Amino acid sequence: MGLENTLFESLPDVITVKLDAVVNWARKSSLWPATFGLACCAIEMMNSVSARNDLSRFGAETFRASPRQADVMIVSGRVSRKMAPALRRIYDQMPEPKWVISMGACATSGGVFDNYAIVQGVDKIVPVDVYIPGCPPRPEMLIHAIMMLQEKVMKESVRDRRDTYETESRQSIVPGTLPVTMGTESETAAKQVTNRPYTIASRHEKRRSS
Amino acid sequence: MAETKILHEYIERLKEENAAWVTDFKEARGEVTAIVPRESIHEVCQTLKTKYDFNLLADLCGADRGAEEDPRFEINYHLFSTVHHNRLRLKVLLSEDEPNVETVATIWKTADWHERETYDLFGVIFDGHPDLRRILLPSDFDGHALRKDYPLRGYEPYSLT
Repeated sequence: MGLENTLFESLPDVITVKLDAVVNWARKSSLWPATFGLACCAIEMMNSVSARNDLSRFGAETFRASPRQADVMIVSGRVSRKMAPALRRIYDQMPEPKWVISMGACATSGGVFDNYAIVQGVDKIVPVDVYIPGCPPRPEMLIHAIMMLQEKVMKESVRDRRDTYETESRQSIVPGTLPVTMGTESETAAKQVTNRPYTIASRHEKRRSS
Repeated sequence: MAETKILHEYIERLKEENAAWVTDFKEARGEVTAIVPRESIHEVCQTLKTKYDFNLLADLCGADRGAEEDPRFEINYHLFSTVHHNRLRLKVLLSEDEPNVETVATIWKTADWHERETYDLFGVIFDGHPDLRRILLPSDFDGHALRKDYPLRGYEPYSLT
């Protein structure tokens, strides 16, 4: 006799509930992170799923190497200019709903690497939901960020989430960088557009703030 | 030092072949560096490889002495002989107005990427290189990052401030 039997005794057969509440509850209880370990923050990220910190208590322990199976991208470490198009491409490959955690000072603002080689904040490339300070942040801080993200997920509406169209993701090339592949249509498109502002407002930034 | 005696002999033999090949040489901490005019670097490398068994190009790198210096750039060739276990360094000095030097990628294939890296970071042109394009920086990068007068935050649109 488990919990469900007790619930059946105390509750009616049919209950009425907001769809958002149920869907968001399901989503937040099983956030699958995509590993994007780029530097020393990745060590703390690995540590957060280990025995001592045990991220699985909050349902986010299933790290996936494939972006197609992931919900939340944890950008842990410094993003170089050359990595930027690859990062954007991996973000585009993630299916909706998707979230981004910017882990550590470097991913958030470039950190101490204020130079031509490092992207000064990963929010120049992808929309970020939660920022974590620290150099590197402790695993507890990453767990806290995931719990904050879960709170944010609960406030969202299913209506706001739909898959990105390919054309939109193609246009979202960071100026000054090139896409991963050489000689494609998007490469020539990136060269032609010169006066684009550095930050491109993605659809996610335009959506209703939670 | 006794160990560098053989290296000085190589330089003497190079001078015997052609007096214009070595303009100067120096020794520091048991290492010998020969300064070679840029017109003859290819011939010198070819001779050293075929006649004196310097069959390994351990490194090829550039250096920027600063925008006010003339000659501004130097290209260093670190040669190694796996037969005699000798190391010899060649140095080519280049001015800012004409940073061209003949490629040695036709002699040692490993020079291909080294020269691409030197071109990428210093803007030195290697004449006759099979595929001279950027290797480390993004291919649409503006400027050459390791030049002394390159701003730390880069040019637009790379710079954010």
